[in-house]
Amino acid sequence: MNTEVKTRTPDAAARRETPSLRPAVDIVEDAEGVTLIADMPGVDKERLHVRVDANTLQIEGEAQVDLPEGAEALYADVRTTRFSRGFTLSNELEPDKIDAQLRNGVLTLRIPKHPEQRPRKIEVRTA
Amino acid sequence: MFGTLTGLPGSLFDDLGRLQRELDEAFGRWPYSAELRSPGVGSWPPVNVGATPGRVDVYLFAPGLDPNELEISIQQNLLTIAGQRRIDRGDEAGWYRAERFSGEFRRALTLPEDVDPDNVEASYRDGILHVTVQRRESAQPRRITVR
Repeated sequence: MNTEVKTRTPDAAARRETPSLRPAVDIVEDAEGVTLIADMPGVDKERLHVRVDANTLQIEGEAQVDLPEGAEALYADVRTTRFSRGFTLSNELEPDKIDAQLRNGVLTLRIPKHPEQRPRKIEVRTA
Repeated sequence: MFGTLTGLPGSLFDDLGRLQRELDEAFGRWPYSAELRSPGVGSWPPVNVGATPGRVDVYLFAPGLDPNELEISIQQNLLTIAGQRRIDRGDEAGWYRAERFSGEFRRALTLPEDVDPDNVEASYRDGILHVTVQRRESAQPRRITVR
């Protein structure tokens, strides 16, 4: 899997030319961090790209579909094999400690929060 | 003041028309199917069907399934695929997005009439279920020579 920590990629404009699908995601937050789960059917480790910089997360993947030679499409719900979706990350997240798992086309990302910035319970004083 | 949504020249309806076309492109309204068993547009999982003279290939884009829980059956040229994907979202607060499909699904596909129901294979890899159904010999095109 390719995980790169860098700023905006130079060929981002070129990539925007190819139509892409936004994969469906589940996003849940707990005290220690954020978990993001994305449906990316047909994407394997070699074709998955997860890019983070200080404030953004970009997930991209190319689906591989085994098509026989000269196949004719009879019906197509899915018209493109590219997945792409971007997210803005808030400052309390630590993108360089991201953990990613890909299994059966499901990408699970775990982005922890800075330990100092985990939520603190605020006691309410009564007079 | 509210002439356009984007600030570019054009009417409000131009913008809505463009949005409609882009959504149609992404979700594939073609071919319009009035087939009785066809599910509505946008149902999960999405399906593609391709054919060569020798076989028909069906693809279900369904990540995160347990292939042992799938029920795939064929009756003549009607292929039925049923399964489920249960996502436990719990009671915890903190769910910002829950876009992924959770629940049961069933797709019933009417394939070309020359498919051979005794010759079906299915495999599941990287979240795509690939079902191949061979076509009967007589479907192969025959060359006709002119005497």
